[in-house]
Parts: sequence; C-alpha cells; structure tokens
Amino acid sequence: MTDTFPALSLVPKSDVPLKAKDFKSDQEVRWCPGCGDYSILSNVQGFLPELGLARENIVFISGIGCSSRFPYYMNTFGMHSIHGRAPAIATGLAVTRPDLSIWVITGDGDALSIGGNHLIHALRRNVNLKILLFNNRIYGLTKGQYSPTSEQGKITKSTPEGSLDYAFNPVSLALGAEATFVARTIDSDRKHMTEVLSRAAAHEGSALVEIYQNCNIFNDGAWEPLKDNDSRDDVMMRLVDGEPIRFGKDGDKGVIRTEDGHIQVAEVAKVGENALIRHDSKAKDPGLAFALSRLSNPRTLENTPIGVFRDIDRASYDNLARQQIAEVIDKKGAGDLQSLISGRDTWTVN
Amino acid sequence: MTKQVVTLNRVVIRFAGDSGDGMQLTGDRFTSETAGLGNDLNTLPDFPAEIRAPAGTVPGVSAFQLAFADHIITTPGDAPNVLVAMNPAALKANLKDLPRGADLIVNTDEFTKRNLEKVGYLSNPLEDGTLEPFKVHAVALTSQTVEALKEFDLTKKEAERAKNMYALGLLSWLYSRPSEGTRAFLTSKFSAKPEILAANLAAFEAGWSFGETTESFSVQYEVAPAQMPSGKYRNITGNPALAYGLIAASELSGLKLFLGSYPITPASDILHELAKNHHFGVMTFQAEDEIAGIGSAIGAAYGGSLAVTTTSGPGVALKSEAIGLAVSLELPLIIVDVQRGGPSTGLPTKTEQSDLLQAMFGRNGESPVPIIAPQSPSDCFHAAIEAARIAVEYRTPVFLLSDGYLANGSEPWLVPDVADLPSIEPNFATEANHTDADGNPEFWPYLRDTETLARPWAVPGTKGLEHRIGGLEKADGSGDISYDPENHDRMVRLRQAKVDAIAATIPELDVDDPSGEAEILVLGWGSTYGPIGAAVEISRREGIKVAQAHLRHLNPFPRNLGEVIRSYRTVLVPEMNLGQLSMLLRAKYLVDVTGINQVRGMPFKSSELVDAIKASAGLPTADSVNENE
Repeated sequence: MTDTFPALSLVPKSDVPLKAKDFKSDQEVRWCPGCGDYSILSNVQGFLPELGLARENIVFISGIGCSSRFPYYMNTFGMHSIHGRAPAIATGLAVTRPDLSIWVITGDGDALSIGGNHLIHALRRNVNLKILLFNNRIYGLTKGQYSPTSEQGKITKSTPEGSLDYAFNPVSLALGAEATFVARTIDSDRKHMTEVLSRAAAHEGSALVEIYQNCNIFNDGAWEPLKDNDSRDDVMMRLVDGEPIRFGKDGDKGVIRTEDGHIQVAEVAKVGENALIRHDSKAKDPGLAFALSRLSNPRTLENTPIGVFRDIDRASYDNLARQQIAEVIDKKGAGDLQSLISGRDTWTVN
Repeated sequence: MTKQVVTLNRVVIRFAGDSGDGMQLTGDRFTSETAGLGNDLNTLPDFPAEIRAPAGTVPGVSAFQLAFADHIITTPGDAPNVLVAMNPAALKANLKDLPRGADLIVNTDEFTKRNLEKVGYLSNPLEDGTLEPFKVHAVALTSQTVEALKEFDLTKKEAERAKNMYALGLLSWLYSRPSEGTRAFLTSKFSAKPEILAANLAAFEAGWSFGETTESFSVQYEVAPAQMPSGKYRNITGNPALAYGLIAASELSGLKLFLGSYPITPASDILHELAKNHHFGVMTFQAEDEIAGIGSAIGAAYGGSLAVTTTSGPGVALKSEAIGLAVSLELPLIIVDVQRGGPSTGLPTKTEQSDLLQAMFGRNGESPVPIIAPQSPSDCFHAAIEAARIAVEYRTPVFLLSDGYLANGSEPWLVPDVADLPSIEPNFATEANHTDADGNPEFWPYLRDTETLARPWAVPGTKGLEHRIGGLEKADGSGDISYDPENHDRMVRLRQAKVDAIAATIPELDVDDPSGEAEILVLGWGSTYGPIGAAVEISRREGIKVAQAHLRHLNPFPRNLGEVIRSYRTVLVPEMNLGQLSMLLRAKYLVDVTGINQVRGMPFKSSELVDAIKASAGLPTADSVNENE
C-alpha cells in the first residue's frame, strides 16, 4: 500500500510481511494499568505492518512524560529524548535521512507547554514527521498538575483553587501554525485511529494527530462523554470527506453555515439536509477546518469533531532542503576541498 | 616629488571611524594588500554590537588594527604606530592607545563644532595642543574625496561614501602596498554598478596621488616580506577556518556534515560560511532557537551525520540540557562556542575566555565533555578536525572553544595539503554484538570497545540493530533502562573513564624552553597564544629564562601536564577570565599556579605579560616596554 504514499516512497520495504508482534519490543510496558496509552500502543503496533516498511527504517522519537516512554516498547529504532524537544531532534533526523519513516510521540505538556516552540516550527516548515500528541489534559508523570489543555478552573495539586490558564486547543493551534495535516482521534476507537494514522502516514510533510487519551489515575474520565455509549453519538461528530457533517443519535444534528459566514450546529429537521456543510479536508483555505476546531465546548465536550480536519499538499521542508543541495551541486559541481581552503587570494613563499 | 623611503621592520596601523564609514572593509583590503606583499601579519577588528550606533558618537566607533612585519609576528600589536581617525569620536576613543611620536592621520572635515560637542570636546583638539605629542597629518579626507569625484554623476552623499577608499589609497601609498588586489576586489564587488566602481577606483587613486604630492607626508615607508616557511599562503580569519575544518572533517570521515544553528554574535559567520558551501553536501539548518539548533544536530548524529551546532556563551547555556542528553546517548556531536564577554548578553562583539568552566561543568549530573581550543585564527581549521576526530571515534559531544578574537582576527595561513590531513574512522555498527540467553544474536547498544570505551554507533536503517536509547540511565551493555544503584555508579564512572581515555590519543604537552633552565613557565590556552608568544620572546631577549607551553586539550588534559607544571618554580597562567584554567589546574594537580587575568574584551597586550614575567623573575617592570618583537 505504501507504493502510493509519496511520503514513504524513499523508505525501503520489508522483505517479508510483518505482524503486530514484530513491533513489540522485549521491554516490559510500565504504564499504569488501565492507561489509555496501552490501546494506542497496540493500535500503532497493529497498524504499522500495513505500511509494509522495513522495520529498521522506522524511528520513534519522544520527549518526556508518560506517553514519551512509547519508543521503548516499539521494536524499531527509537529515542526517548528530553522534555519538549522531540520535534527538533526528529527534524535533524528527517532532513538528513529521507529513507526513514519518523514518528514523534508527545503529550499535551511536552508538545504544547515546554515544547510549544518546536511544535509550531516543525508544523510550519512541514518537516516529514508524523506527530502523535497524546492529550489527557493533565501532567501524569509528575503526578497530577494541570496542563495547557486542562479546562480553566481545573482543581489540581498545583491549582487547589482552580487553574487560571485559558486552555490551548491543539487542533486550532496546529492550524494556526499552518500545519498541512491536522487530525483528531480517540484512544478507545481502534478503527478510527487506524484510519487516521493511515492517512497521516500517507501525508507528505508534518502530520499532527491529536489523540484523546484517558489518564485513569490523575484525570479519569476526561473524555468520558466521547466514549460513553449513551452520550457519544450526541456530542461527537465524525468528519468524513465529501459527506455532510452530521451527528447525533439519529443523525438529528448537523453543521451549517449561517448568513454571517460563521458555522454552527443546527437541527437537521429544521434546516434540511441540503443545508449541511460537506467536509473537505483538502480545501486550500483553512477557514472551515479552523471553524470546526472551534465548535466544541471544552468543558462539556459537546460538538467535538474527530477525523481529519486538514490534509493539503505543500512541499516538505526536508525534500526542499535536499533538493536545494542537489541543485547547488548541479550548478557548481561537487565541492573540492583543496580549492575551498586555498581560496582565491593566495601567494607563494619560496 | 621624490620622497625619502624609510624601511621599517614592523608597523601597527589602526583604522578608526564611524560604524558606517567602512573601516572594517578598509582594514580588510589593506590586510589583503599586505598579505600579498608577503609580510607576516595579524589583525584585530573591534566593532560595536550596534549595527549603526548614533553617527559620530564614541559608542559608534568601529576600528580595525593590523600589525605587519618583515618577520614572524603573533599579535596585532599592543599600540598602533599609526592611527587613522575619520572623525572626532574615533580620535577620542583611540587617542589614549597612541604612543608619543606616533603618526596620526585625521579627517579634518569632520571636526565641526557640532561633531566636537557630540563627543564632549570643549575645544578642537586639532588646534588646542592636545595632539602635540604626535605627528599629525591633517587631511580634508571627505572634501578631497568629493572634489576628486566631481566629474561623476553622484550625489554628494554617494561621493562622501568613497572616503574610505581615499584613505585606503593614501595608506597604501604611505606603506608602498601593491594595489592590484584592491582594484580587482572593487571590480568584482561593483561589477553591476559601473558608476560606483569607477568612483571608488578614482577615490583610491586620488588618495594615492595625494600621498605622492602632499607635503604633509615627507617619507614613504617600506616593510620587506617576512621569511616564512615556503609554500602557498592565504590570509584567513577564525570563523571561516573553523567552517573549512568542519567540511574537511566531513570529507575525512566520509560523513555528511549537518549544522543546526541559531544566529548569534560572534558565531554566525560559521553558519554563513557553511551555508555558502552546500555543494559539499553540507546541510545547514537555521533553527527556531538554540535548543532546536542542538536538538536537530543530535537527530542528525543519530542518523549518522557529522553533526555540529554553533553558538556563543548564552547559547551554550540554553543548550545545556541537550548536551547532557548527548552525553547520555553517547553520540558524536561538535558544539562550537565562539566565546564573548559575559555574563548574560555581556559584550557580544568583544572577546573573552570565560566559558571554560561552563563547557567543563555547565550541566546537571556527572556529565564529562571533551574540550578543544584553537590557538590562532588558522588553527581553528585543525582544531575543528581534532574535535571531529574525538567526537566520532569516542561517540561523545565535544566542545570547540573559539573566541571573538580568533573568530574575526586574521593571519597568513600556510594552506595545508588535503592529502596530509588525518583520516577519521566512523566505524558504524553493522551486525549483532552479543548473544542472548537462547543463543540468538542480539545487539547491545552500550557494549563498549574495550580500548576506547566507545559504544557502537548503529544508525537507523541497519537491519537487525533496532534499539532504543534515551536520557534515562541505561544498563551497562544492554542499554535497557536501569534504575539499579550499582549500575548507575558504574555507568557514571564509565562515561568519565571514556573521556579520560582520550588522553591516550593526544600528544603530550610540548614545552618551549630554549635555555633548558627556565624556572618560570607561562601556560596558556586558546587565543592567548599570540600575546604569550610575543611576551616570552621579548622577555628572553631581555635575558629572562622563561618557558612557554600552550594547551589545546582542556579536557582531558595531556598526560604529562601535572609533571610539567610541578617542574617549574612559577607557573603563570594568563587568561581572559578571572582564573578558570587556574582553578582546574589547582584542583587537579594541587599546584598553586599564578593567574594573570583580565576581562577588558580585548586580547592581552604583550607588554602586560612581559611585566608579569619580569615580576616573577624578580626584575623591575618598566612602565613601557620597548616592544619590538
């Protein structure tokens, strides 16, 4: 399948078909029992064989935090680096090694707080990285302080009277940083996550995938309305390209554009199906994607879209960088060290 | 008119003017002419941190000092024999450095009431006797330039801008410099602007002719070529030399060069130089910040590139955590620190050697990093290759400590033959190196070479060697995460032992002591090499027995360093800091060395070092030493 993925065309293929177990390392997984990270790990291990890539050409790079232990559990190349810096490290690897499929594993604190700068710059450059942001709206490894995605007023150990910070919406942030691929999925929905990861892998350039992940120790139930069988369909909308954006238990709700150009959720019975907006992740203008990212209520999680918000073509930084070097060599010829160090202004002493 | 020609052994000229007057270019051109003539030379640019400080003010003065001689010299000179002052601010800022009897060429056009007031001159120094101790050549440089260019279709402002070329022409005549190089330079620089080219050439000619005809200059000088080892020479400053060294190391190791860097004075020129050379396959990445600069370099190193990050002291502070990661990952990485005045933003354009302890200790935990320091601008080339050798062969980050003086100062360089440069062996891991309990081959990323203690460098894409590394402590050998106390103790000691083991591959410290009887040793590191060498020479001519040694490796030290410093009654350690090498020497060898320390943002004057040597020898020190190295 990867033959059709431009992003992976330079990555060698595996000689033999691989299975999920081939991607399991010999290390004991040490997340808390019940942690959402387990299902993400299992989904990634289950999905990777589909790409058909040589295992040694896959690299996972992480920062610091619970999610960042991820590379230890993958039987690929991997680096558990320092807090927030994984996108920078991965950038250096990506620009120098076009034959690798590189995945960054990060969390809401790692990516959006200490590493915010690296994240936005990797996205705007469009480096060929697949960034999986595990969002549990809490600091887990440091035992429960509020994070940049925690809802305002969050009571935690560091905010006994409630947090004052206004929360980041990672999808809005990534779109604002001119990311070419932005998606959201949820740890409990294996099928959806696999679809999203597959599209991320196919994308040339940076792909940011926000994964709603449950921390059952410090922030249990943070995404519960999106998981609970009774409430799920009522609050969560699935974005499917070309289809009207419609959700609700009986498909009774949908997204329409109002007369003043905004978008809002309406009852289909009132507005009619034809009034619903059709999703288009390939739209050049990021306006709709951004508007969709703003629909959800950060507290109640009503009107939360999942799926691919944006997926557009733009040359990746690493390809441009390599192309530039190739063009210079083409123009000037490969450099000659002796003539470089001699320079043009020499004199001879006999 | 025919003028008397006087032959000199050595001349020190300082060009000083407003930041916008083109003094650095004038100095560069004069240097190039001088190099072409075959003099030995040494330069010291000195410019403000502001790109254009308010015109005509003392903070806006930009200067360029150049020493040239008919013999080998190692410093840009303590004090100028000739000062070219383009305005009152330049005079005010530099006059204190001018010895009695020196030549002073002054642009009188700028000595207006307003300009004098701007720098606090209550009366005109050209008229009030201030300049009596000097040989003053009052030249209306600006108006004479404008007059010379009146045939050209230029605005007055454009014509005035050529006054630096007029001054260059005058000085080129005064010191009998060849002018073909400057003509060629201008022709190439202004090839797209024929009018400006013609004007600059005309200004240069006019300055030259003025020298020939004016009565203000009664003598013309000559300085004969120096006796230098035979071969092909070029002039070079430290930053390009360092960049060339990195490119050379890339070729010598067969590794692709990757630079991750964030712009910072005075290191940015290394980024610029490497960016000019993409046709060597060099990849340059201007990162979003200092941390991303080193982060990207660590990523490139993981992928098998020769990875470099370049910065100055404040940038090193930001990179510290990532350097610690590189220590833990045990990946090759070169960290270039072009030191400047600190702390904090400090003196961005001035030199200092005050990051030695930061390089040595500026990280959390026991985090040893090898340190190399070049001793002259051209030595930056060789030091970069040595840094790469150690980084690659020992799988370790390495500090390369240059400084602002080396970065921007220049000297003639006997261009090495590429064939003579040492090779560097990356020795990538390609196969399993261990057997598991069931007898199956496996790869242990921290199974060390028994001699170097280096771990295998297995890059992604190597089949069967998939492994995970990180900043958490690793089990000795397997590299799995380990919180075992005994293992941590062992790993800390192993990392230290690996760095210590580098001493086996570096030369013993060479001591220069022609008499063999010296009781005083002057021990330096980095850019103090030139001033120390000059001071030692002068002292020896005055009959003092003094030895000199210079450290290129600051961590680990050469094997014989303790023995060397214990064998002298007095060890003088000049440093442009408050005693950082002194502290390391005392701590390691329990030898009470004597520090000679200054942080004035400028290199040592050899005279002050001569004074220190004399004081150690129990001799009276002269206020002004007859410096004629």
